[in-house]
Amino acid sequence: MSEPIIKLDQIEKHFGNVIALNGVSFDVRAGECHCLLGDNGAGKSTFIKTMSGVHRPTRGTITFEGRPMSFSSPRAAMEAGIATVFQDLAMIPLMSVARNFFMGREPTRGWGLTRRFDVEKANAITMAEMKKMGINLRGPDQAVGTLSGGERQTVAIARAVHFGAKVLILDEPTSALGVRQTANVLATIDKVRAQGVGVVFISHNVRHALAVGDRFTVLNRGKTLGTARRGEITSEQLQDLMAGGQELAQLESTLGGTV
Amino acid sequence: MTNTTDTASVDERIKAEPLLARLMKRPELGAIAGLVLVTGFFLATASEAMFSLSGVLNFLSPAAQLGILAIAASLLMIGGEFDLSIGSMVAFAGMIFGACVVNLGLPLILSIPVTLAFAALIGAANGLIVLRTGLPSFIVTLAGLFMLRGLSLVGLKWITGGSTQLRGIREAVEGDLLTPLFSGDAFGGLFAWLAQAGLIESFPNGTPKVPGIPVEILWFVGLALAATWVLLRTPAGNWIFAAGGDATAASNSGVPVRNVKIALFMLTAACAALLAVMQVMDAGSTDARRGFQKEFEAIIAAVIGGCLLTGGYGSAIGAFFGSVIFGMVVIGLTYTSFDQDWFQVFLGGMLLLAVIFNNAIRKRVTGER
Repeated sequence: MSEPIIKLDQIEKHFGNVIALNGVSFDVRAGECHCLLGDNGAGKSTFIKTMSGVHRPTRGTITFEGRPMSFSSPRAAMEAGIATVFQDLAMIPLMSVARNFFMGREPTRGWGLTRRFDVEKANAITMAEMKKMGINLRGPDQAVGTLSGGERQTVAIARAVHFGAKVLILDEPTSALGVRQTANVLATIDKVRAQGVGVVFISHNVRHALAVGDRFTVLNRGKTLGTARRGEITSEQLQDLMAGGQELAQLESTLGGTV
Repeated sequence: MTNTTDTASVDERIKAEPLLARLMKRPELGAIAGLVLVTGFFLATASEAMFSLSGVLNFLSPAAQLGILAIAASLLMIGGEFDLSIGSMVAFAGMIFGACVVNLGLPLILSIPVTLAFAALIGAANGLIVLRTGLPSFIVTLAGLFMLRGLSLVGLKWITGGSTQLRGIREAVEGDLLTPLFSGDAFGGLFAWLAQAGLIESFPNGTPKVPGIPVEILWFVGLALAATWVLLRTPAGNWIFAAGGDATAASNSGVPVRNVKIALFMLTAACAALLAVMQVMDAGSTDARRGFQKEFEAIIAAVIGGCLLTGGYGSAIGAFFGSVIFGMVVIGLTYTSFDQDWFQVFLGGMLLLAVIFNNAIRKRVTGER
């Protein structure tokens, strides 16, 4: 097994007297999808923000491509190759797909006063990248507002990969989607993984995680409870770990195992 | 998990878009439709003189003066902010310019940059206050509207020793090399030649009835083209749309939202100052009432041109047409038998229609139902 691209060891994050993270260890290798599972309030958001350079850890070490690393800003993390797709997707509904795709990183042509946004190139790349992900746009000038939730998620993922993400952090990408759209997003994750990107898939939905994940780590009350490989763990066990082994066993019997 | 073909092939549920529906998505469509309507109205009701060469230049001149403000205001609105202080800025910048030319005796090559820089500085201050406090720019620049107007009154009285008008500007700038760039008419030679050749109307002595194109119209057209180029064909244009569409999302994607907004505030103020320079040189005097309520007219022209009040959508060409509609109605009513005060009724009606229309367009673009 290859070396991890990014490895976080015993990360702690305190906000005043609140201990949001209390010993989190996590790593991602190229070409794998590592699922981070946790219930609401487990510390998932704080952990993502620590990984993507928004927060600095209070204690613990981050190793990126074999070297200790401390990102000063989300921008620095992004430039190093850690891309995060947050739930809000950083997309502007009124703008076209192509303009969103290249927002803040517009390709240009020409020099001096004739230096301009290379619209043709942007359009062509956008159409090609979206096609690769299995989405046929009506045109590059189609507004993002007209896309479905799953398609928007795919645009955001395609954009991150196009701009050289080595690690792609997805914050609950399937949480607000219907069945078919979820399937599409999971298929997109599979394609991205096949390109050698390390995917961090954050979710509280065990079934979605099991569908695409290679390894699974459960976060509960600010701590990781160990990592399991695909096939080593069942959905019931993951469910139990997420809930901290409490009342869920009892719930399970009343709900007939549908959670 | 199988990859369903939900979107993988040409989607049979999407009908081919008719041309009209595509056109409907252009922000400036409303303004163009409005222009056609208004032109039709005056063709039917106004005397023929309105659409003669001199008549057209007659209504394009106030359109251009408003348009210089409106185009900058539209960029700022697309960037998600307002500036209500631009009308007062015309008076304030006029005072600075007048003081430079008359009291300090500076040549135009110094006076104009000083005036523009002064205005841009105040624009930057507006922008900084808006961004630092997170307050709506509407309220911050409303304060600016009153402060600059008051400062113009107080300042002019102080400079002139009691009057709110400063005269003697025409004498002071006469003979300056830069004067023809900012006042009077351009292409005088061409028009004289056209008159001699009998291609345009001339007086019995052979001089043309229209001495040339007022320079503000050239500035107006140039500015509209430049703003459109920036908006649609440069990275900065993409940043303006992004900053106004969703500042957080834009920021997270690496768009320098703060700098974009401050630059737009500076540009708007500088355009107000440019207008002030031209008006003051044309009139030969500066007055503390100059630019009164122009901020509202500029915003109305931008909205007629398709700008959304919420930002992130609009066009500079739309603001251009919005301003032309404006000039046409202000001047056009004098060519008809209607009372000129219908102008205000028209203004309000047009604004209401434009806002309703724009709202519908936005829903179409974003696919909301």
